[in-house]
Amino acid sequence: MLKNYSDLNAPARDALQEIGNIGTGNALTALSSMIHQTIHLQTPAVRIVPYQDAQELLGGAQTVKVGILIETSGDMNGIFMFLLNETFTRQLLEGVLGKSTIDLREPDEMSQSAICEIGNIMCCSYINAIASMTGMQIHVSVPSSCTDMAGSLLSVPMIHFAQMGDELLFIENCFRINACDFVSHVLFLPELSSIEHLLERLGVS
Amino acid sequence: MQKKVIGIGAAAIGKEDDVLISYALGSCVGICLYDPVAKIGGMVHILLPDSKLIPDKPDVYRYADTGITALCTKMQIKGAVRSRMYAKVAGGACMFASEISTNIGKRNVNAVRQILQKLAIPIKGEDVEKNYGRSIWFYCSDGLVKVKSARNINIEI
Repeated sequence: MLKNYSDLNAPARDALQEIGNIGTGNALTALSSMIHQTIHLQTPAVRIVPYQDAQELLGGAQTVKVGILIETSGDMNGIFMFLLNETFTRQLLEGVLGKSTIDLREPDEMSQSAICEIGNIMCCSYINAIASMTGMQIHVSVPSSCTDMAGSLLSVPMIHFAQMGDELLFIENCFRINACDFVSHVLFLPELSSIEHLLERLGVS
Repeated sequence: MQKKVIGIGAAAIGKEDDVLISYALGSCVGICLYDPVAKIGGMVHILLPDSKLIPDKPDVYRYADTGITALCTKMQIKGAVRSRMYAKVAGGACMFASEISTNIGKRNVNAVRQILQKLAIPIKGEDVEKNYGRSIWFYCSDGLVKVKSARNINIEI
């Protein structure tokens, strides 16, 4: 039985990498059509990292990020958290809402719901990738968002999964819109029993 | 002077002009204990209220109950006296609206207050709950705690 994400073997990691690739591809298509601009993407990096390192990979505990949190249930119990940088989020919101002066730290209702919708689209891109590869039935919760220090945002999944070890599954995406580069991160924390179930379905257990 | 950064589920002790720092407390709580006579300070960065929740993870400083007690004992070994100590507490936010049902931040804060009461250590200042993250700087020279947030809310407790 799996006890830690780091117990995952190479084929299992490859499978997760593939889900990351397909999910990010889906997300990109959805986002591009949402903001009517072409978004370019490099191959996403999928890593299993200790919590403390995740902070550093995000630019330090005090770096401000836009976080969107979604819980999944059904055949896959877990948490998705998207971390976008503020500039990238503003660019996306500009495309969606057509206005650029948005205070992300205390957003109005419209911006708040647009941010959550972006999170929803991205989350479903990964969920659909998993569902179509495995036939699993996965439900997602209503997303909620918060713009704050990366360390504070990360404490939420960390506490939620405190009994499971101190590691996160970390997908790093590098986007390019209009010659500007942006990095976004997806933290995917399925319960280990759900991962086992997933790998079984993919035939890599 | 020494600056010590205390990570999640960790603790440290300082004296005189040392500064103890915890960055980006979210639902976690930073507890600062101070003996103003010995000028010994200690900080612990807890993430859960109760060590009995997760019995197979014995790291004492992850939990309010075992973390505060262990820190207090360690400070006494260094020469601090419990009856002289006071506490300052920050963190315990509810970062995402969807967490309201579980509100672990509030549960953490309540557990911290309970443990401190049991140890008869008064709380001299606090900046807790609400919906934003905090970084704290604890000055062992005089027990001052500076709290900064990403919303530009900076206070001293």
